[in-house]
Amino acid sequence: MAEGSDRKLNVVGVPRRRVDGRAKVTGQTRFADDLTLPRMLHCKMLRSRLPHARIRGIDTARAAAAPGVRLVLTGADTPIPYGILPVSQDEHALCLDRVRFVGDPVAAVIADSEEQALAALDLIAVDYEPLTTIADSEQALATPEPRIHEYGDEANVHKKVAFDFGDVDEALAGADRVFEDVFFYEGNTHLPIEQHATLAAIDPDGKLTVWSATQTPHYLHRALTKALALPAAHIRVIATPNGGGFGGKSDPFNHEIVVAKAALVTGRPVKICLTREEVFYCHRGRHPVLMKFRTGVKNDGSIVAVHLDTLLDGGAYGSYGVASTFYTGQLQTVTYKIPRYRFRGCRTFTNKPPCGPKRGHGTPQPRFGQEVQLDKIAVALGIDPAQLRLQQLVEPASLTANYMRVNTIGLGECIHQVVAGSGWKERRGKIVSNDGMARGLGLACSAYLSGAGLPIYWNDLPQSGVQLKLDRSGGVTAFCGATEIGQGSDDVLALCVAEILGVPPFDIRIITGDTDLTPVDLGSYSSRVTLMMGNAAIEAATRARDLIAPAVAKKLGVPAGRLVFAEARVFDSEDPERGMTWQDAVIHGEAMHGTLGTTGSYKPPMSAAKYKGGGVGPTPTYSYSASVIEVAVDRATGWIEVVKVWIAHDIGRALNPVLTRGQVEGGVYMALGEALMEESAFRRLPPKLSGALVHKMPSMLEYKSPTTFEMPPVETFLVEQPDPRGPFGAKEVGQGPLLPVMPALANAVFDAIGVRIDEIPITPEKIIRALAAKDRRYGPSKFPEMTWPEALKVAPPWEGGDGTASNDKPKKPRMARPGEEGGPPIRPEVRR
Amino acid sequence: MNKVHLQLRVNGEDVEVAFAPHKTLLEVLREDLALTGTKHGCELGECGACAVLVDGKPMLSCLLLGLEAEGAEIRTIEGMADGPTLHPLQAAFADLGAAQCGYCTPAMLLTAQALLDRNSLPSRVEITAALSGVLCRCTGYLQIFEAVEAAAQTMVQRSKEEAAGGRGE
Ligand code: FES
Ligand code: FES
Repeated sequence: MAEGSDRKLNVVGVPRRRVDGRAKVTGQTRFADDLTLPRMLHCKMLRSRLPHARIRGIDTARAAAAPGVRLVLTGADTPIPYGILPVSQDEHALCLDRVRFVGDPVAAVIADSEEQALAALDLIAVDYEPLTTIADSEQALATPEPRIHEYGDEANVHKKVAFDFGDVDEALAGADRVFEDVFFYEGNTHLPIEQHATLAAIDPDGKLTVWSATQTPHYLHRALTKALALPAAHIRVIATPNGGGFGGKSDPFNHEIVVAKAALVTGRPVKICLTREEVFYCHRGRHPVLMKFRTGVKNDGSIVAVHLDTLLDGGAYGSYGVASTFYTGQLQTVTYKIPRYRFRGCRTFTNKPPCGPKRGHGTPQPRFGQEVQLDKIAVALGIDPAQLRLQQLVEPASLTANYMRVNTIGLGECIHQVVAGSGWKERRGKIVSNDGMARGLGLACSAYLSGAGLPIYWNDLPQSGVQLKLDRSGGVTAFCGATEIGQGSDDVLALCVAEILGVPPFDIRIITGDTDLTPVDLGSYSSRVTLMMGNAAIEAATRARDLIAPAVAKKLGVPAGRLVFAEARVFDSEDPERGMTWQDAVIHGEAMHGTLGTTGSYKPPMSAAKYKGGGVGPTPTYSYSASVIEVAVDRATGWIEVVKVWIAHDIGRALNPVLTRGQVEGGVYMALGEALMEESAFRRLPPKLSGALVHKMPSMLEYKSPTTFEMPPVETFLVEQPDPRGPFGAKEVGQGPLLPVMPALANAVFDAIGVRIDEIPITPEKIIRALAAKDRRYGPSKFPEMTWPEALKVAPPWEGGDGTASNDKPKKPRMARPGEEGGPPIRPEVRR
Repeated sequence: MNKVHLQLRVNGEDVEVAFAPHKTLLEVLREDLALTGTKHGCELGECGACAVLVDGKPMLSCLLLGLEAEGAEIRTIEGMADGPTLHPLQAAFADLGAAQCGYCTPAMLLTAQALLDRNSLPSRVEITAALSGVLCRCTGYLQIFEAVEAAAQTMVQRSKEEAAGGRGE
């Protein structure tokens, strides 16, 4: 009964209808806004029209007296700050005394109908004192006053970090060539088609239940507990299936706290559904990032050192921003060998909707810079860009300069697949076209986490838990806190349990994302669910099987070790006729042990990065992707047509290939949107209209995203080299395949017309400008001069380092970690 | 505000409903008839998620008044399956990964149905054009195209078999 990757698999790897597929095609999936309750009230929020102002006073009397209005809330009603990260508790459900961006909520009206609530918003008078508005990172650095927040590393700098993994200056001085490039990646947003919605109600027993379109019910549960000052056990959060998330529903949001508060005050159910404009204000999307790469290479193309500086425009609040800042630097090292590495990152506060985690969280921006720069290096040295990468891939089972542990790496195979598939060797630089368009091929690679190694708040607990209930009916119910956001997590849960117990996935009942009923899973972010929940599910199912096996063995008179669980039967492997149905097996198990139930849990292995900040970047295992893109560019108009995308993804094992392919193609689609058109852009109103900084595009009409017409053919290659850390060998697929697309596209544009667009998105206008420019380039020219904190000095593993910084002085003694002296024992990795 | 009281024809049934006259068809379907299978992503005519069939044509229900639908044959996702049996488009969408989060799915399905009603074996280009008004943020559209193609094949095959079966009787 081994669970190794050599076990014969019956469900894993078989293309199959997902377990929740029927509900989705019949319209029966119940999204948050589909829920209604008797006596339900409706909520609308008044949002600031000024990007930065002090609130002198709010008069809500007229609104409170308006028809149908039951309650008006202001900041004073929800005074406790919250935020997703323990270090950035800087949000209030309703602003207390300051608004920080256009869209920041200042009051909420709860009324019998949505229209009455909306009408009453107009009756609220807010007395604002406008403050200087900070529009971008460079302005933030140059404008110490007024401060947008009273906390942070400096004036309007939220976070600054600096690391030296070895002596980078020395290595660069000894390099044959040093390439220096500055890149800019514009912000963009998730644009889930489902608008955020939340319903809150008081249960008959007086406790609070909140249904919400959230990717992270566990974190929302914690935020509600804090912001409402209620015992956690008196709050139940139910994550409704998300109509798309992409990271945009992973923060606790002000509207969620507001309707919960309103339900508590009125004693009635209260619902809110945001308008599309408000969804743009929730944001938490891609940070605009300015980056500078200095990369030293030998003449054969091998990298000797990289120095990367990043400057992130964080918007008005912390959100996941500290993690995002580290993510702009931590994963540069896990693809190619980088013997020495310097990373410095800075996140500023600006008066725009807060940035946060979008698919790829903090890594697409530097990945774009790194892969485009490698292309430039390859061209300058006359080396095939595919070869340049292949010759210096990180070794499997190794540590990088910044102590990221690479386990399996299928990147070489990924490169071979897309090179072969696209005809790279024969066609690059040589595609003839007869339609006047210039054609070219570009290649790029990437890596991503299969789940963040650490939770967002320090704890030593499992990061995913699965509970199984089995009974004499033969029914199996699997409970897990994971959240279905479209990616197929319910299907993965059913599949893992079904594979071990030998029953069809459809026979497993799935209960997920409910803090009352399901064991904690941290949520659908960082591509963590398949690996972590999957391992927990395998553990729970294996334990259930180990309970049932002896009962069946006794009945059949066969050693338990010879039993096979498959095809909804339990039988003797040496005499398959000798066996019983699954239901009978459960009955015997229940008779032997009493009521049957098991649990499984998962916690990632310890990281080797022990320096401060090393908690961001580690993962049980990295996934890898490579892409080749063919473009056709019209020199006259700058128009870019994506002819075809070849993408290979190191998935470890495709659990349900239908869903796996969907994640790859969905990632490519979203990446093409970012690469070509999507941008969160802002403009200032003229001074006579207050000079306010307003969102240029708070609508789907103005915020362009790809339609069916813009989607090119995609050829997907799944590289399956099972990773022993993943469930049945699986790695992540939800985010990684997005990453190589933007740089591959930029590199293809260069191959086609010989210009470099060092900025995302790559628009026709930029192409035209680059064609006209002397240096045949469009992009930022410089990275601002700024002061950096003293770098943490961490010697790379091959220079005698041990993962700690020589100059790390912890301000206060930290809790001993597992395995350290005085700390709890290390828990074994998940049992197999 | 005084409600209007009228009869609509939804999914082949006459339903009586009273609603404020400014309500959109989207709101009437979701709020007054509890047909929440019809979705919304903008309520401004931008995303296509609210598409329903009005006299067989895909229309954005967020841009139509409920009043305007009087006398028309309205079809929503709730009326697509034949009792418990999925429409071939629904089965193909479920089997082939065309529904990820499922939020654009009702509109995609109904729009595809309208296409197949007038063009039983559409080309990839025709499918692309027909579905271009519905945004999907999850799939990248390709598995949707494939599902429409597979369903079209199934339906053509079925009607051939039915015709053959009919002759045999
Ligand atoms: S809801 Fe978006 S078009 Fe109707
Ligand atoms: S499946 Fe999620 S929007 Fe289309």
